[in-house]
Parts: sequence; structure tokens; C-alpha cells
Amino acid sequence: MALAEDTNPMQGFKWVGSRPIRPDGFDKVTGRAKFGADLVLPGMLTGAVLRSPHAHAEIVSIDTSDAEAMPGVKSVVTGADFPEPYGKPAEQDVQRNVMAREKALYEGHVIAAVAALTREQARAALGAIKVTYKVLPHVMNVTEAMADSAVVIHDNMITKNVDPAPEAPSNVASRTVFDGGELDKGFAEADVVVEREFTTKPVHQGYIEPHAAVADTTPDGRSTVWCSSQGHFAMRTYTSNVLGWDASRLKVIPAEIGGGFGGKTVIYLEPLAVRLSQKAGRPVRIVMDRDEVFRASGPTSGASLRVKIGAKNDGTITAADVWMAFEAGAFAGSPVGAASMTALAPYKLENFKIEGFDVVVNKPKVAAYRAPGAPISSFGVESVLDEVATKVGMDPIDFRMHNAVEQGDTATYGPKFPVIGFKETLQAIKDHPNYTAELGPNQGRGVASGFWFNAGMNSTATVNINDDGTATVVTGSPDIGGSRASMALMAAEELGIDVVSIKPVVADTETVGFNDVTGGSRVTLATGAAVVEACRIIVADLKARAAKGWDIEADQVEWVDGRAQPIDGSQPAVSLAELAKNWGRTGGPISATYSHNARGVGAAFSTQVCDLEVDPDTGRVTVLRYLTAQDAGRAIHPSYVEGQLQGGVAQGIGWALNEEYIHNDDGVMENPGFLDYRIPVASDLPMIDTVIVEVPNPAHPYGVRGVGEVGIVPPLAAVANAVAAAADRRITDLPLSPVRILDAILNSED
Amino acid sequence: MGCWTVTRGLNTLKYFSPSTVEEAVEVLAAEPGAQVFAGATDVVPQIRSGKPEPESLVDLKKIDRLVSVADAGDKWVIGAAAPASHLTANADLVAEFPGMVEAAGLIGSDQVQSRSSLGGNLCNASPAADSVPGMVVNGARAVIAGSGGTRTVPVEDVPQGPGKTSLAPGEFVVEIEVDHRPANTGDAYLRLIPRTEMDIAVVGVGARVTLDDAGNCTSATIALGAVAPTVVRVPDAENALAGSAIDDTALDAVAAAASAACNPIDDKRGTIAYRQHVAGVLTRRAVAIAAERARNGGAS
Repeated sequence: MALAEDTNPMQGFKWVGSRPIRPDGFDKVTGRAKFGADLVLPGMLTGAVLRSPHAHAEIVSIDTSDAEAMPGVKSVVTGADFPEPYGKPAEQDVQRNVMAREKALYEGHVIAAVAALTREQARAALGAIKVTYKVLPHVMNVTEAMADSAVVIHDNMITKNVDPAPEAPSNVASRTVFDGGELDKGFAEADVVVEREFTTKPVHQGYIEPHAAVADTTPDGRSTVWCSSQGHFAMRTYTSNVLGWDASRLKVIPAEIGGGFGGKTVIYLEPLAVRLSQKAGRPVRIVMDRDEVFRASGPTSGASLRVKIGAKNDGTITAADVWMAFEAGAFAGSPVGAASMTALAPYKLENFKIEGFDVVVNKPKVAAYRAPGAPISSFGVESVLDEVATKVGMDPIDFRMHNAVEQGDTATYGPKFPVIGFKETLQAIKDHPNYTAELGPNQGRGVASGFWFNAGMNSTATVNINDDGTATVVTGSPDIGGSRASMALMAAEELGIDVVSIKPVVADTETVGFNDVTGGSRVTLATGAAVVEACRIIVADLKARAAKGWDIEADQVEWVDGRAQPIDGSQPAVSLAELAKNWGRTGGPISATYSHNARGVGAAFSTQVCDLEVDPDTGRVTVLRYLTAQDAGRAIHPSYVEGQLQGGVAQGIGWALNEEYIHNDDGVMENPGFLDYRIPVASDLPMIDTVIVEVPNPAHPYGVRGVGEVGIVPPLAAVANAVAAAADRRITDLPLSPVRILDAILNSED
Repeated sequence: MGCWTVTRGLNTLKYFSPSTVEEAVEVLAAEPGAQVFAGATDVVPQIRSGKPEPESLVDLKKIDRLVSVADAGDKWVIGAAAPASHLTANADLVAEFPGMVEAAGLIGSDQVQSRSSLGGNLCNASPAADSVPGMVVNGARAVIAGSGGTRTVPVEDVPQGPGKTSLAPGEFVVEIEVDHRPANTGDAYLRLIPRTEMDIAVVGVGARVTLDDAGNCTSATIALGAVAPTVVRVPDAENALAGSAIDDTALDAVAAAASAACNPIDDKRGTIAYRQHVAGVLTRRAVAIAAERARNGGAS
């Protein structure tokens, strides 16, 4: 079977833009790929975690003596087995999140962990740990947490960026403000002003693979950790920090990852496994159950928003005022900052104010989720824009086009935009047949756009030429979205050899130079550029070796289609394979490493249109058609770009329609499983149509921008706008579940 | 009869697989802490979510009588452990009771369908069990075996509330009997779930309608699921239909009666008001489908 039979290379490229089978595909479809929970070591113990049943409680005492005496139990750890919290506030938060100290701050917060011969023995031992709690009042959303009478979760939390600084502690960790122009003047110029309040619920990233970690701690005080994460270098940094170790004592080996979406950029189990292993003298594996994943990992913020936008009758937006408060979970650090920066970024605005608050509540500490924060602020802004467009009588695409940013415009968050493709996404939607498809009774169409920065950050790649003429491409970027395929394609393009001759490898923390997490849609851009640069060093080396053989200057050699040849054609070309075979006689091993802090990040825009039908008698929504147009810069592997576009939309539709954390009055989560936490199933969604817009990023060798995140930004508003059209009334609280929609139909006016 | 012992941590779990009803009765008499199962699509998740493990498990799927699906002349006899996929693949059964079989076919996923059964769904005694309203409206009976012999009861007499049945210790359901339907009869089952599959009914409605040659309703049966601790019959709706032409007036009365018959709870899956309203909506729709099927000779 040909690996790359479905190739459809882009103009001017042989490999970039084609669609070969992914290099990791065989192992994954045959079940051989090793994920976090798949590693088995000789003598390995099973770990289990005791979690707080209370949303907020003082831990009065923990007695582990009975548990330690139980059959099969080899080690037990509590907060007493870790250093007193130290370092920067954010580091201390991680230390306390991994293992509760004085207080349990949410249902699911870790109290203790056990390692035993079997899972049953470990679980039985958890039941024998005696914990005395003093249950405290809890706060579960920003309204409760910001009330004057609210119980204060952290008695040292003084709101940052408020002048003068408050004297009393509160649950508000910080305030962020972005503003420009004069709001009053802007609203005075408006012919139409719309103001709405919105709420969203916490939602989970919903990766299929639960968190898992294996640690083997040896008597010399070192530990090897195998875990599924979005960045094993970050796992090393965070884990060693919690342990109070130098990072070099830890080696972290990446497992395959079964979905992350931002939620695997953080640690939960790793320090517990290391310490349990150290105390037991044996390897320890801990795997979360699904209910632990929901109760203790992720999610992203629930939020309250107020959005007021004014526009002239010609469609020009004159002012925008956005107020947002985001749940951070039990520790500071919601994505309200990114939400503020992205909220109005797609539009040219003179007069605006975006004020955001980061608020702690008794829920799990939020983790990154695909364009963190942006879907929430976009939901409010794009919903209000939809109403404004209707009031001024403009088509929603035309209205956005009229106000859209382009190269040279100053973004609401500060910088000037370089080359961007927002208007191109708007035009792509307008030109697509979905946009004019006929709608029936109870059906509605909704449009929304979204922005995400994308990221660069640090990457290293090493390329080794093997003596059989193949190349090994070594990076430290876990492959969560097909990035091995992208690395192989770019390397094949540069080296001029078949993509099947490239073996992309994700190496551990001691085998390759530093790589930041796979996040911010950055790997194809930043790690990809490192691969390209390393390949270019290799090509230069190969040209020099060929030149030496011909006794000409290296600059008289060109590299064409995987071969060195004298520019003047005086000698027959020599292939990479031939040069590789003779490496021992031409200067030794052929290898290059390139490390960089990637610059020239390419911003991403997406515009989407959703057609759906509301059953007016049950409130159920059926999504009929969905189209997304996104500027990819350049699609290295179009199938995986389309997959990213579709995946973001699928998650966004789930967020809009049915996903939510449901807590009871005691602050205990009632739906910690996929039965009642309703991620869409395949039959819930139509085929999501995609248009890959390509406005190349001039700062990347192939024009890449990064495609993983922005696709989840517009769906919340696109769905809500379509529901508003279909049901003839606007519902501003997510999720748009059947219960909520029917209630609005029966009990509210338009 | 197969028997294995599995040591799981501190516990020892015994597994029995009798090959006849008599063997099953014997082993249940000898093992008072035993739990019977068919597809185990409820038992295994319940244990995994923390319910105490039983001392022993008795697998009923190895008993031929419990997995057969047969037309026994005057009635259908469906083994209590016969997988739903065998019901949905039986063209004659589907043609005669499309609503009852559709209901069984809605449980879980394709994989679950290979194991889930009418007997298991009935005895799990979930108020939201999809297959029960469809069986009730078709007058299905449960044949129950135990050390005292066998007895036959209407299926609605088996569930007594969430997780509770009327089965005595050592008893189990052997098969479900359903008499052939009268002429001009159709049935239907509809449920409301927020998704399209892999979900639990917020409201479920089974309806069966028999028409006379002029197309007027001679009798109707309506049963609601997920709106009370057990399946609820709706006599007011049944009476409103009897003698009617199943016109809008009758359907309005049916919807109102169904809403009124609910005794639901507020929970994470739906509110009282939502369940009451949607029970009426779905009952109206299910009756319309059943009536249409009755007019077409029962076909879907």
C-alpha cells in the first residue's frame, strides 16, 4: 500500500499541502500506540486518590495509620509529604491544587493518595483514611463570590489592578481593563444601541483519555515519569517545583495523548506518583476515573457578561462597552485577560472599554481550553452585534465586513495587525451556497466571527540523516493534532525526499532540546519552523559535501528535488541517499539542531454560519448545516487542518447547546460522566463544512499561522444567533438546552 | 453449568452460567447474595460507579430459552435476555410491533444493543427504561421463574420504583409474552433526549391504537416513562381517544391528560414543568404515529 497515495500538492510544492497517511496512524488504528495508562513496569503499584467530598472545608486532621496497615498497601501520602508552599503565588497555587493543605477548596480536591498492589486494595485503603473536616460555606458562581457578604476563600486575596488597592480580602483576584477613545461620545454618535447580559457555565475539555501518570523513583533521588500531556518539559518544571526538586532530577517521557485541548498543559497526578513511588520503592501508576477528570481537572470558566454596543445606521460601530467576570475555580487564573483582549479584536473601534474580573469560586481550578476565554467573550459580543446588524437592517456578514480589521489597523488590545485574513473569511462564507440555502419554518441562521492570537514560544528540532537515505526528525512537541504529519511534510519539502522516508519522533526531556507545550496553536508554526531551519542546515551541509567531492565552491551547488548538483551542470547530480551512504568519508554524521524563540506569530480569524431548527413544542435543537471558514495561513496537511476546524466547531456546538457543570446545593457535581455531561455524539452533528482560507503568514517559511484554536471561538454565538432567529427570541444564558429553550418559548416575549 | 471464582482485591466473586432455567433456579436458591444479569449493561456500570459488588453473578444468557425470539402461534415469546439487536433484526416482530421494537432499539449504542435486553431493562427498574412503556401498551406479560415454580404477571407489575422490583429473592424473568395484535392496530414509542442517542429519556411515551374499519378509535393504551417512579398509564387519554376519529379535539384532550398524569421530579435531566409539557407533546405525536400505522395495517 502506498502511504502517500492521496497526494494533492499545493501549487509550487511537492509535499506541503498534500494529504499522506499520518506517520503515527498505523499504531493508533491497530491499538498499538501507548497512551498514558498503557505502561506496565515490573513491580508496579496502583495508586488511588482520596478527594474532598466537600466544596469548601477546613481539614482538621488526617489519620492514615489504618490505611497504611491494610493488606497490599505500600505507601500513603498527604500534604505533609510535600514542601510547605513556596515560591511565586501561581506556583503555590499549583502546589496547593495538587495536594490540599489547610483547606479543601472544591469537591474533588486531593486530600491523600495511596499506592497498593491492586486497585481494589488501594481503593479499600482510601476508605480507611480518617479525615475530619470542618465544613465551610461555599461560593459557586461570580455573583455569589462577588457579593459583599460572600465567604472569602483566600484570606490573603487583595484584588490586583484596582486603585486604590482594597484593604479587605475578597474573592476577586484581579481586574483587567482595555480601553480607548471616549465611550460616552461613541454612544452619543450611535443611532442604535443594544445592551444585553449573558451567562455561561463551566465546560470541560472532554478529552477521551483520562489523566494518567507512571513514576519510577529510584534510591538516588531521581525519578522517571511517563505521562500523557501537552508538554513534557512543562510537566518536568511543574512537578519538580511541587516536589521541591531541581528539574534535572526528573526525566519525563511523553506517552501518546488522547486529546488535550489545553487541559493537559497542567499537572495533577505526577507529583503524587513520584512521592508514592519514592516512599514505596517501586514504580507507581495512577489513572483518573472519568468522574475524577470532571471533578478535579479542567474545566474552563463559567462567566457573567454585560455587553453594550452602539452603531450608526450605516453600520459603523461607534462604541462598545464590555464587562466580564470569570470563574477561576479555587485559585486565581481564569482566562479573562485573553477574553478581554480577543473580545473586540476583529473590529475597528475608536471608543471602547473592556473590563474583566478574575473571581475565585469553590470549583476545580480552571485549565486552558482551546482559545482560552475567547469563546465566552465572543459569545456576548457577537450576539449583541447580531442584534445591532438586524436593527440597522444589514446582512450580518456585510455588517462585519464594514467594521472588519485589516493589515495596519490597531487592535483593541494594542498592537497593529500585520497581514491577516479576516475579511477573506467573511467573503468565503458569503460566497458559499450554505449562506443562501433556503430555510423552513422554525429554522434559523446565525453568523459569528472570532479571533485568536496564536502563539510562538520556544521549540527545538533535531534532524538526523540515516545512512539508508531516510531522515529522523526529533522534536519535543507532543502530537495532539497531527503535527508529526506536518513536521514530516515540511521536512520532505525541504530535503526533497519522499515523506515516507521521514520519521518524526517526539522525544523525552533528556533526548531533545527544550520545547514549550503543544498549545496556542503553535507547533506547526514554531516547531515546524525549527524543523525547516534544521533541514536547511542539513541541505547546506550536503551541498558542501558534494562541492568538496567535485572540488568546487559550495555556493556553486544547488539543491533540487533531493539532489545536489553543480549550478553549471558540469557533474551528474548526487542524491541525498548517496550522500548519506558516504557520510563516514565526507565529514562524519549528518545532523543538525535548530532552537529558537519563534517570532512572527500569525493571528487567526474564523467566520462561521450555523443553520438549525428549533422544535417549538420541546425546545430541542437540530443543527442542519454548519460552515466554518478559517484563515490557516497555509494548510500543510489539509485533512488535519479540516479536522481542527471541525473539532473546534463540534466542541463549540456542545458548549452552546448542552454541556454544563451541574452542582447541587452542597457544591457537589451531579453530572461527572458522559451520560449527563452531554458532549455531542456523532449523530448530533451534520458534516461540518470547511473552507480553508489561505492568507500566508509572511514570517513562516510556508506561511503557517496555526489552526487549532480559533475554530471554537464563533460557535457559541453562531448557534445562539441561529436559535434567536429560529425561536424569534433571544436566550442569553448557556447552554441552550431543550429545557431552557422551551421555557423561553412558553414564558417570554421576543 | 459453568462456574468460576475471581479474586478481586479483598473480595471473591463467583460467576455461574446455568444452561437451563432449572439450573438457574437451583443456583439462585443456593446463593442468596447472587445477582442475575443478562447483558450486564446496567450491572457492570453500577458496580464500577461504587455500588457494592454482589457475592456472585448468575449469567442468564447461556440458557437457550432466555435468548430465543419466537412466534408461538397465538403470541410472541421473547427471551428475557435476548439482545435488542435480535429484536430489531426480526422483520416479523418489527412489522407487528414497530413501536415496541423501536423502543428496545433506542437503548444505548450499537455495541450496547448487542447485549441489552427486555428482561434486563425491565428488572433494572429505571423509571426511564425505554422498552417498558412499549411493552405495557401492548399488554406484555413477564414469565417469572423461582423456587416456587413459574408465574406470569403483566410487565407493569414488575418495577416497583427506582431500582426496585416485585421479584422475590431467587426469582428472575424468563421471557416476555405478547399476544398478537388485533387487526387495524398500531403502536409507537417516542422519547425526548437532548442528544440523538446515547442518552436517557427525559420523557418517554408508548402508545397503541386500534381502529375500526371506518378509522375511528376503538381502543387505545398510553403509558408514560420517566415522569413518575414507575410507568404511568393515562386512562383519561385512553378514554378521550376511544370512539374518537383521533382528530385535533381528541389529541388536545390526550395531550392535556398526559401532562396531568405526570408525577415527575426536578432533576439534572429536566424540570417538572418541562416534563409535564413534553409528556403532552410526545403523547400527541405518538398517538398520531400509532394511528397512522393502524391505518396502514400496523406497518411503520
